[in-house]
Amino acid sequence: MLAFLLRRIAAGAVLVVVVATATFLLLSLTGTDVARNILGETASASAVAAKSRELGLDQPLVERYWHWAEQALQGNLGSSWFTGDSVSQSLTDTLPVTLSIVLAGMVIAAVLSVALGTAAALRGGWVDRAVQFGAVLGTAVPSFLIALVLAVTLAVRLGWLPATGYVALGTSPGGWLRSITLPALSLAVAATAATAMQVRGALIDILRADFVRTLRSRGLTTRSVVYRHALRNAAPPALTVLALQFIGLIGGAVVVEKVFGLPGIGTLANSAAVRGDAPVLLGTVVVTVVIVVAVNLLLDVAYGWLNPKVRVS
Amino acid sequence: MTPVDSVAPAASAAAPERDRLLRRSLRDPVAVVCLLVLALVIAVSLGAPLLTDHAPDRSVLADTLAPMSATHPLGGDGVGRDVLSRLLYGGRTSLLGGTLAVLVAFAVGAPLGLVSGFYRGWFDAVAGWTVNVIMAVPAIIVMFVVMAAVSQDLNVAMIVLGVIMAPMVFRLIRASVLAVREELYVDAARVSGLGDARIIRRHVLPVVIAPSVIQATQVFAVAIGIQAGLAFLGLGKASQASWGAMLGDAFTNVYNAPVLLVWPGAAMGLTILASSMLGNAVRDALGTAEPRVVRRREPVARKAAAAVAELPADRLLTVEGLRVAYGEKTVVDGVNLTVARGEVLGLVGESGSGKSQTAFSVLGLLPYEAGVTADHLVFDGKELLALDLAALNALRGRGIGYIPQEPMSNLDPCFRIGSQLVEPMRKHLGLSRAEARTKALDLLERVGIPDPERVFRSYPHQISGGMAQRVLIAGAVSCDPQLLIADEPTTALDVTVQAEVLDLMRSLQQERHMGMILVTHDFGVVADICDRVAVMQKGRIVETAPARQIFASPGHAYTRMLLDSTLEGGPARGALHVPSKPVKEVTS
Repeated sequence: MLAFLLRRIAAGAVLVVVVATATFLLLSLTGTDVARNILGETASASAVAAKSRELGLDQPLVERYWHWAEQALQGNLGSSWFTGDSVSQSLTDTLPVTLSIVLAGMVIAAVLSVALGTAAALRGGWVDRAVQFGAVLGTAVPSFLIALVLAVTLAVRLGWLPATGYVALGTSPGGWLRSITLPALSLAVAATAATAMQVRGALIDILRADFVRTLRSRGLTTRSVVYRHALRNAAPPALTVLALQFIGLIGGAVVVEKVFGLPGIGTLANSAAVRGDAPVLLGTVVVTVVIVVAVNLLLDVAYGWLNPKVRVS
Repeated sequence: MTPVDSVAPAASAAAPERDRLLRRSLRDPVAVVCLLVLALVIAVSLGAPLLTDHAPDRSVLADTLAPMSATHPLGGDGVGRDVLSRLLYGGRTSLLGGTLAVLVAFAVGAPLGLVSGFYRGWFDAVAGWTVNVIMAVPAIIVMFVVMAAVSQDLNVAMIVLGVIMAPMVFRLIRASVLAVREELYVDAARVSGLGDARIIRRHVLPVVIAPSVIQATQVFAVAIGIQAGLAFLGLGKASQASWGAMLGDAFTNVYNAPVLLVWPGAAMGLTILASSMLGNAVRDALGTAEPRVVRRREPVARKAAAAVAELPADRLLTVEGLRVAYGEKTVVDGVNLTVARGEVLGLVGESGSGKSQTAFSVLGLLPYEAGVTADHLVFDGKELLALDLAALNALRGRGIGYIPQEPMSNLDPCFRIGSQLVEPMRKHLGLSRAEARTKALDLLERVGIPDPERVFRSYPHQISGGMAQRVLIAGAVSCDPQLLIADEPTTALDVTVQAEVLDLMRSLQQERHMGMILVTHDFGVVADICDRVAVMQKGRIVETAPARQIFASPGHAYTRMLLDSTLEGGPARGALHVPSKPVKEVTS
């Protein structure tokens, strides 16, 4: 298990380096004159040249890359071309917002998918058909469209929950919960749909398995057979599917943040993308990949813990 | 990136299947509605200049948030542009974007998947790794980088998105090709000297077409969603009318004119749903749909007709007129049998004769779709068919123990063996955790397991098949049942282990004076331990007699035939002299 984890960590590190390098190269390819872009059409040629020097853009590409990589390893991801803000600081400020809604979305998806998948597998009939139909809708409709509907109906119309803004957990736990509820719900829909179908399928297979019949032959109650034994066996494949949803949730959060006016990394990256602010974009990509790698690692550990065949041998 | 479940490759889909696919899909009303919706969207987008005179990007200050009118059927947007015109032209952007993404995804993903799956080797390794890298970053963030660095044009963005989504196509095609590659007819084609290109064209392409259609609808839907997301965030050229940009404009005016959200939202939602449900309909037509669930219910068709008659005092089990049917098909047809206390009844017959179904009926363990009826099903004075589930559960394990056929698949892989032994004992015997543990360890020792402590702590995958069968026997007798039902308990075991396990069952049966039904097709087993034998054929019992008599003078022709085939074909065992103590067996 330990060797397996170390291998995964190494592979994750390689992944981060490769993605960071590719993004750096891609952002350096841009044909436009960055300094001219920043200073505007009216700036003098000498001011533009000075700005270029200040940003280090007059240096060769390889040198700029090494400089960036060296600083990045020390936790310094450079500063914004346009505002001069430290990228690391901006990410530290915005990351809690995004992680709040994404992780809350994952939790909602985990709970709902088990409930819906189990109901569909056990009850059959119209419950099953409704869950299957809902799953088709849920996987197809983009999360930001769901966010728009929720924002307009529940927040703007009915005023049940705030339509915009983020309250930090440290400021007010209740306010935090209210501010992330709708965004997290919108994000959870697609992940719930995919995972619920996995839970349903796995449960149907498991309830037909020989060992379930043997458990029933021992006089165990339906509750113990289904909720203790069958669900426990369905957990590893369900976790695999849920893990796959995480990247999708981060992507969805980028747009959903805009709908609910949340200052997360999506909003940060969005304005950077509109302006062409390469250091901010690069920092966002790196942090996103690091998070994806870390979450996958955690889920690997959880998978091993849930699956005795991985854990014990 | 939004992961879309890849479709299980249907390796066996042959060419005629494919021809029927379209027709079968068209018989599904959902598919027809989806196709009509898509056709409508395509028609009005292409016909935009005919349907409106307004240019989609021309803004007139006076028309800002204009109400619906004859000149502006859907009103004006936040900067005075005609909403209908933007909706129609925006459809073009979405359809073109979705199409570009699908074309690029397949142009990149399909050939690579084909080569990767067909030739494997280093190419497969490199491609697989690249795919993992691409899929590790959310698609929309990659799009941010690309749009900042390369171009703000949404069409360029969709081409790049096609590349980002190519891994989905790659994985699907690769998996399909891998599956086909293992098929015998592909081997045959290779042996007969067909070139790779011809094999791919003749045998591989037909198989991947249907799943590709499904995948294409999904890529199309996801691409439209991501494109709208980008435009909603203000990326893309202002001159490019799109549903996403319309949503963005409407959202800034959400307090003044919320209705503006409806048109682009509905257009986009419908297009995406139609596309993805079309894919689903094709999947249904392929027959690769999700399995259906039979509604769970308590056995309703279990009923006993007459009142319990006067039974002999040593009678443990009485089965009279047992019938089991699955819909129209009757698999057990009026079976009568009895088991006395301490008696071993062999239930013999070919596979499909209904002997296992009979045994499971007694335990109430048949699948839910089975209809079970009987005149009597009396165990220890209780009419089993009259019991509710709770009363039945109180009897299972406690009154009647069950030993299954296949040891490895009958233990829960996620729980330790100890916990699986302890749970029923705590329930039935009311033992504390410690007491149940002690009893479980004693049982493991009794069934001949050399290191009970270790096996108690082990997971099923850590012990051998022979060990697992001993664990299952221990579980069956753990709550001191009066009747054991063993379903071919030695069939799945090594020949060397069979005799030991049989001997163990025999000695447990004798020391606890249990009745036993032993389901088997092996007359060697019958000779070893059965007192009486019931021979089953096609759901009926054709002969019941003491074991000695069956061997000496079989009464029924079918019994004679079974006996002859055992004596000729199978290993003749006669009366085996097995060691009285089980030989310690080595874990594999």
